[in-house]
Amino acid sequence: MIIAEQKTLAEIQDMVSPYHKILLAGCGTCTAFCSAGGPEQVDQLAEALVSQNKDMVVEKTVIPRQCAEKFIDRLEKKMGDNEVILSMACGNGVQAVAGRFPDKPVLPALNTQFIGVEKEPGVWTENCMACGDCILWRTGGICPVARCAKSLLNGACGGASEGHCEVSKDTPCAWQEIYHALKRLNQLHYLKGKPQVKEWPIHPGKVVREDLREGEATTGD
Amino acid sequence: MKSGSNLERILESGQFAVTGECGPPKGSSPKVVQKKGELLKSCCDALNVTDNQTAIVRMSSLSGCVILQGIGLEPVLQMVVRDRNRLALQSDILGAVALGVGNILCLSGDHQKFGNHPTAKGVYDIDSMQFIRMVKTMRDEHKFINGEEISGDVPLYIGAAANPFADPFEFRVTRLAKKANAGADFIQTQGIFDVARFAEWMKMVRDRGLHEKTHILAGLIPIKSVGMARYMRNNVSGLSVPKELVDRMADAKDAKEEGVKICLETIEELKDIEGVHGIHIMAVAWEDIVPRIVEEAGLMPRPVV
Repeated sequence: MIIAEQKTLAEIQDMVSPYHKILLAGCGTCTAFCSAGGPEQVDQLAEALVSQNKDMVVEKTVIPRQCAEKFIDRLEKKMGDNEVILSMACGNGVQAVAGRFPDKPVLPALNTQFIGVEKEPGVWTENCMACGDCILWRTGGICPVARCAKSLLNGACGGASEGHCEVSKDTPCAWQEIYHALKRLNQLHYLKGKPQVKEWPIHPGKVVREDLREGEATTGD
Repeated sequence: MKSGSNLERILESGQFAVTGECGPPKGSSPKVVQKKGELLKSCCDALNVTDNQTAIVRMSSLSGCVILQGIGLEPVLQMVVRDRNRLALQSDILGAVALGVGNILCLSGDHQKFGNHPTAKGVYDIDSMQFIRMVKTMRDEHKFINGEEISGDVPLYIGAAANPFADPFEFRVTRLAKKANAGADFIQTQGIFDVARFAEWMKMVRDRGLHEKTHILAGLIPIKSVGMARYMRNNVSGLSVPKELVDRMADAKDAKEEGVKICLETIEELKDIEGVHGIHIMAVAWEDIVPRIVEEAGLMPRPVV
């Protein structure tokens, strides 16, 4: 899932300061699961904003996903005379909503961090950078692109010490973990071989599936 | 000969090499580089010029190399993949060759987090392993990393780093093998304080015949004070500084003298380890001690090959 964190209240207040009527929109999927933009956080943020500015009117809503057109439809009905949408979705959701409301400012209440997992209650860690060429089959199910601070494809670097990365003692060395995983799986041979360079994706990314396209789709037969 | 550099000639002729290090200034004066160069000139076969070492912005490594060449020294161009993508690396390599540089050390580089621009975007387009292979391909096949032809020769003697003390210990030799196979002609190791552990690593190196595939130069960091010893023991990732050594520095009447003594003892032990083909002295901010260390280690005068 996509992991996000709420911006500081000061920054959010600064963003909303020109407005009086705000639609505060939570997202029911990723940011709800990482306790950044779900129903509870919508309530808390609305209360915080109103307590700081009594003139502010905050209308609350949560839609299942802000990155899907069919759910964004529900925001249309809520929009009314609100001047602005304060979104508690990831950057993807904010942009999808902004695309639907070209004449309204759509403001991000969160900082989107990464694609990751909840490691333990209150701790989330990055697992994937969506690099477009998955090599997890030969790295013991541990991604060096996302989990090595230098995205090394042939680690571990000389900074690895006692199992942690040189960047922080709280960060495990991904290559040490890969080594141990491959050893456990009897796949250490994946660490040998000629180092090939990675083909990095070109941004912005786009995936086209001809078989799923409407109208101009070509059939296989 | 791959590049015909002095370092290559010394190592390939089976002599014990001595390399040093020259960190360029946080400024634009060539004099700082020249001064360090003059100090180390007679006692080193080649001088590494660091590339934004510890991720702190300094005069570029290539400029430092050219300045050293100007006073008759042979440089080793250090290059890190932290700050350059494959285009910039290859272009700088061509430029370095055009300017007469004959040695290169391919590194990943300290993470930008440690430097003076900690929130800079790290490049890491390729890693040090791919980098070594890229330079070898440029030199031996006259091809860029994308397979296109390079006009002219790229005669470079290719170096890489190895840290015998980083984790996982048993994997370090596999990684060294990978670097040797990728094209590393010589290896400069992390600073060695724990000779016993280094010897253990060297045995693993010899067991795989890697000492015959690449020249291993053992790294040395002369210690100036007990504070420095403590700092390296506690704060520098990938360094192994035994507690006894810190205690020895703490008990010493003259810490600097003790540091020199430790360094000389280490060199004597290293000379006896089969497969060690030289030393690389990293006397950061203590360059003026290097001539004495090399002299007293019995490594003067430097051979002319």
